[in-house]
Amino acid sequence: MQTSPMDQARRVGEQLHHFHGGLRLRHNKKISCEIPVTKTPLAIRYYVPLLQLRGQEAEAAVSVGQKVLKGDPLGRFRHHGSDYMHAPTSGIVSAIALHPNSHPSGEEGRCVVIKPDGLDQWTNLEPIESWEQADPALLRQKIQSSGIVGLGGAVFPTGYKVREASERGIHTLILNGSECEPYISCDEMLMREQPASIILGARILQKAVGATRTVIAIEDQMGAVNTALSEAIRQSGINDIDIVKVTTIYPEGGEKQLVKVLTGLEIPSGKRPTDLGLLCQNVATATAVARAVTEGKPLVERIVTVTGNGIRKPRNLLAPIGTPISNLVDQCGGYAPGAARLILGGPMMGYALSSDSNPVIKAANCILVLSEEDIRPPQPEMPCIRCGECARVCPSVLLPQQLNWSIRNSMWDETAELGLSDCIECGCCDFVCPSHIPLVEWFRFGKSELQMLAEERGKADSAKMRFEAREARLVRLKQERKQRIAEKKQALGNSSDKQKNIAAAIERVRSRKGGDA
Amino acid sequence: MLLAILSITLLGCLFGLGLGWAAGKFKVESDPVVDQINDVLPQTQCGQCNFPGCRPYAEAIASGEAQINQCPPGGESGIQALADLLGIEPLPLNPENGEEKPKTVAVIDEAVCIGCTLCIQACPVDAILGATRQMHTVIEAECTGCDLCLPPCPVDCIEMVAEHRTQGQWTWPNPGGERSSGSPIEQPAGAS
Repeated sequence: MQTSPMDQARRVGEQLHHFHGGLRLRHNKKISCEIPVTKTPLAIRYYVPLLQLRGQEAEAAVSVGQKVLKGDPLGRFRHHGSDYMHAPTSGIVSAIALHPNSHPSGEEGRCVVIKPDGLDQWTNLEPIESWEQADPALLRQKIQSSGIVGLGGAVFPTGYKVREASERGIHTLILNGSECEPYISCDEMLMREQPASIILGARILQKAVGATRTVIAIEDQMGAVNTALSEAIRQSGINDIDIVKVTTIYPEGGEKQLVKVLTGLEIPSGKRPTDLGLLCQNVATATAVARAVTEGKPLVERIVTVTGNGIRKPRNLLAPIGTPISNLVDQCGGYAPGAARLILGGPMMGYALSSDSNPVIKAANCILVLSEEDIRPPQPEMPCIRCGECARVCPSVLLPQQLNWSIRNSMWDETAELGLSDCIECGCCDFVCPSHIPLVEWFRFGKSELQMLAEERGKADSAKMRFEAREARLVRLKQERKQRIAEKKQALGNSSDKQKNIAAAIERVRSRKGGDA
Repeated sequence: MLLAILSITLLGCLFGLGLGWAAGKFKVESDPVVDQINDVLPQTQCGQCNFPGCRPYAEAIASGEAQINQCPPGGESGIQALADLLGIEPLPLNPENGEEKPKTVAVIDEAVCIGCTLCIQACPVDAILGATRQMHTVIEAECTGCDLCLPPCPVDCIEMVAEHRTQGQWTWPNPGGERSSGSPIEQPAGAS
């Protein structure tokens, strides 16, 4: 029996499928799950970066010396005028200056520095009363103005995503709780401790995009999570939210991989789940939506897993955006002897930070401190032996060894054709490569190069167009001037008229002069 | 025998007429080779090749009047691309035309500008905005860095500066190159 992809997409989670490749990794999550999520104490300074990982830097909406309350906008974008960053606590803007901003470049970026007044006083909050009756557009507006982004780590603006989703028509909301990367447990702790908030967020998101059903995907190992969420669903008394347990295989939490597992459908290159009527959101994003709509609170804090063998007491912390990472480490008992590397994100997809003065950003799901023993001794890179292991584990069904070859030889057309843009940088190929080739480093570099080339091409096309338009204009102006001169000549008439006109003009001037004298 | 010669001649004439008609009917207005060459050129419109813009240079290459090594902004990679396109051997960049430099954009010192409009007339891509006795400014996104606005300026208020890349436009470094500070995976942790 043939069913259309759209019909198949409607049956999300009824039957589970497999995605290509992936790895079974040691989880290492337990060490950070033993203590409940704790709030971080007030920091001495908060450094809120105006650039969150990627995209455009926001414009500062405050000035130095200004008093701000918790939740006041700190930065906004001129072109769409939406608030983006909000004050993590009340206090005074002590500076807007360059500071390490947890960016993979390791460079400094502009940050709004807040000196807390210790009161932690909220600004005037404007929740949406009775959101069940509210206009979905109003809900979407609230999500956008609350600075909510995808908290799984990709920090894609949720306001934009739900607006696009509502235009495409969505039937099912997928809440992604399948936190597949080792060590990270912030979503698991959130689902255990605040299941009601997630369910509320799911209902609001469902209303905001017009979906009729929600599927919450969790890993099959999360027993406590299942109990907590099921209880919360029972208490809320609604029947359009289902929990689906997916097999733990890294990276099943990737958006396209999760859709494949839940529906059996592959999302084509360049398309998104919205093309199948599906909207994927992280569970933490759902709680942020619930807080924004029902309490009016913008996104100013997130749960961060602080873990690894280089940390004395690993745990999850509720940290305001902008808290220096050193504060979080201190609260976890400090560094253990032998701490060697500080990583933002997980061991597979994270990136190293040069110092713990970097602040918590919206993308910071995990602060991982690895010990010397954890770091594989840097083995010399060997030539590719074409074993094909990388292709076997690639969850995007790419050919990493071919990509590696074409990127190293700057064959950019081939690189694009091989589908580099579909690489999710999960690191599976890196992990299995017997020659220790840093494949993901090459792929990140390749993506950067392709992007630069596209930019250059765009600029050249624009310059060509402007040059040609100018040439055409200059020719036109020349012709117009010629024509004007010809018309004037004609207006003067034939030669006898011309003589008469000149004589009359001389007469006029003379009489005027005589009058003056 | 005669029949064969006649029929072949007749067929030849018929095909000849058909081709002649098709050539007129499906005439391509511009030379496709010129377009292809023009697409490879960087569109800086700087005139360093001794032609007034990229398209005239492309036309000159197509007609054999110019060499492929006269475009400094395109640099070595541009010459290579032209050589690949035309199936000829690449040449080293002709030093008479200038040398390959990192991309720059023009910036007008708005306090010094007297509003003479001379730079506006010189700009090949209309990237300067202003009016007589009004301050002029460069649209940075449209500036190709051609330097053509520098000579006409009577008060020397235009400066070429390196193109500004923000942190959001940051790109990952080449792992095969020198491991600079930009390669975060190898950075030492601040753990102490």
